[in-house]
Amino acid sequence: MAVRPGTMSRRRLLELGGAALGVGAVGLTAGCGSSVAAGVVGAPPSPGTTTFWNLWGGSDGRRAESMYDAYRAANGGPASLEAITFAWGNPYYTKLSLATIGGRPPDIAVAHASRLPTLVRAGILEEITPADLAAANLTQDSFSPTAWKAVTVDDTVRAFPFDVGPLVLYYNTDICGKAGLLGPDGKLAPIQGVEAFEKAMAAGKQAGAKYGAVWPVGGDPASNWRWFQTLHAQKNSAPFLSDNGHSVTLDDDEVAKTLELMSKWTGPQGYAPGSVDYAGSLSVFGSGDAAFLVVGVWEITTMQEVGVPFGMTTFPQLFDKPGVWADSHVLALPAQPGRSAESRARTLGFARFMLDEGLTWAGGGSLPALRSVQESEGFRNLKPQADYAPSGDIAVYDPTAWFAGAGSNFQIAVGSQIALVQQGLATPRDAVASMRSQLTRYAETPDPL
Amino acid sequence: MTTTTNVGTRPVPATTTTRTAPPLDSSGRAAWGFLAPFGLFYVLFILGPLAYQFVSSFFATSLVRPGIGPVLGLGNYVEVLTSSVFWISVRNTLVFTVLTAVPLVLLGLILAILVNRVSRAQWLFRLAFFAPYVLPSATMALIWYFLYSPELGLIDSLLSALGVGPAAVLGNPLTVLPAIALSTIWWTLGFNFVLYLAGLQEIPRDLYEAASLDGASTWEQIRYITVPLLARTTTLVLVLQIINSLKVFDQIFIMTGGAGGPDNASIPVLMYVYNTSFTDYRVGAASAASMVFFLLILGVSAVWLTLTRRNQGQVNR
Repeated sequence: MAVRPGTMSRRRLLELGGAALGVGAVGLTAGCGSSVAAGVVGAPPSPGTTTFWNLWGGSDGRRAESMYDAYRAANGGPASLEAITFAWGNPYYTKLSLATIGGRPPDIAVAHASRLPTLVRAGILEEITPADLAAANLTQDSFSPTAWKAVTVDDTVRAFPFDVGPLVLYYNTDICGKAGLLGPDGKLAPIQGVEAFEKAMAAGKQAGAKYGAVWPVGGDPASNWRWFQTLHAQKNSAPFLSDNGHSVTLDDDEVAKTLELMSKWTGPQGYAPGSVDYAGSLSVFGSGDAAFLVVGVWEITTMQEVGVPFGMTTFPQLFDKPGVWADSHVLALPAQPGRSAESRARTLGFARFMLDEGLTWAGGGSLPALRSVQESEGFRNLKPQADYAPSGDIAVYDPTAWFAGAGSNFQIAVGSQIALVQQGLATPRDAVASMRSQLTRYAETPDPL
Repeated sequence: MTTTTNVGTRPVPATTTTRTAPPLDSSGRAAWGFLAPFGLFYVLFILGPLAYQFVSSFFATSLVRPGIGPVLGLGNYVEVLTSSVFWISVRNTLVFTVLTAVPLVLLGLILAILVNRVSRAQWLFRLAFFAPYVLPSATMALIWYFLYSPELGLIDSLLSALGVGPAAVLGNPLTVLPAIALSTIWWTLGFNFVLYLAGLQEIPRDLYEAASLDGASTWEQIRYITVPLLARTTTLVLVLQIINSLKVFDQIFIMTGGAGGPDNASIPVLMYVYNTSFTDYRVGAASAASMVFFLLILGVSAVWLTLTRRNQGQVNR
């Protein structure tokens, strides 16, 4: 659309521009509490506001919103909390690190337990002192042992454990019922061993499902790693990394064998589709096209919303010992020079509030870290959460290294290879060789911490 | 560039340029005064960081440690030059540049010629082709991310209907770069199109009239009048396009969830630098990678510049 000369004089344009600027300036000065204004003039958001950064999208995010609303209602209105959600994985941790190094961190932030050692060594997080715990009315015994261990780095407590989120097995109760896979109680009958699992997938397919099972393959290294690690951690084989990531110790043969098995399931045997991405896997299971779904507990809300008949259970033991991939969300205090005692107390109050809301959070699938919530009547009656609660005791966390953790280079390097094998684009042997060479590179790189 | 305006008026040796800069006298001081505000920011945000980058490329500088860190000498450079991921990222960037620059220039030209011949509702075509260009990169990346998503997206449904799907287009190392290139072409085509359209409207009508009187066909008119007279626009478009493609970051970062995957199949150099510096905290190594990439571009530009200078010399003669 051409602007014809004369339709708008230069003066008129300037007036309009000036007015727009004026409105903007008024907006900035009026909204002193807004983060925009705070960013522009370099002032902290209005006193009394707790800033909280997180990486909770999707149904996690919606559930968190309701918890924030409860906090705001109990603590003086909308201005009492500013919760900001960032893109998951490396992008989130990059932002959190840069903001903290730049001296403008949030009051409190979510982190994964698997990332904690790196963040601590980078000086990004403050210690949670015994005084802090006391102020929040918490002790070590308030938390489950798995969760407590996950927040202890070099014998100091570095965060409040918030939940435990294991990988689990979702099953479609209609299909599994037709396939005769359910026990008399209407729950999935126990499965043990690779053969039994394959039989179950085959039975689901025979019962009319398009696929026996589905799990995310394309475009999502982290999901690939979780699935692989769940299988692999059940074997008595060497860990991927040792010595804080300075040596690569993966057992090439065993890793290749696990990959071989996974690629058989998505390839020749056709139990699962070999090309779906994360959202696709949810949609396949959600539309009743697969008997099983292998993802983390946090998709429970999605499945409830789409209304597919389903149950959830601890991922069965297929190899030598029980084990499932898991990670924990923790609430950590980013290093904030000159944090006032008042701000610290308010932040600890927020952490305690979120922990106490654990039952709301558990509705989204994760297992609460707070014992009082775990042992409450409310949680025990929560179905199907209670069915997979034992997952928390066999949780296997990611290896420790500066390049490892949730959504890290480690997960990307290893998970990408797992995806390629499942898509039939790489052989297990080549994938292992590539994993080894990429990890060796990281292990040999000077540690930036 | 002033040489071309002199063609035919003065016999100018091809090798000399007729630059007519005013002599620097006292008025130069005023010029510096006017430049000072910009210069300050330029020094502060471009030259300063550049110097820091050069220095830190010889140190194990860490983002989370104070100071510049222990001396590494050429260690960072050795790491970068032997890093397979770095060279993969260079390859990806060059492949992406070819995949986008060539179609963008050709399509921009073709669409401009076609639209220029439309007599009614030309504004509609101009708007239609230019509209995607005003989208922010994040919006464009998300739109195409949905289109490509396997089992759900429009493009995957089309592929399935044709019998080649379901295909995780963004999850396959062979298709991820062409797919992102395609979305980029759709996104930025409008800019080249507008430049070409402006160029076309500069060509005097009487040239075409004379040509058609001489019996030249439409195709001959395009071949012998339009394309040669658009040579300067083409040079401009090509240079801008190559610079833009070498700087690619946003859409790949968003469409691959920040991973540049699968298996680094789409990671561009700038993302390698970004990841090394801000995600891995390894500022020193990232600086070295930037320096290497800078030198590569400098080398390519030097070769390109000498080639085009020679060609222009021939045109002027």
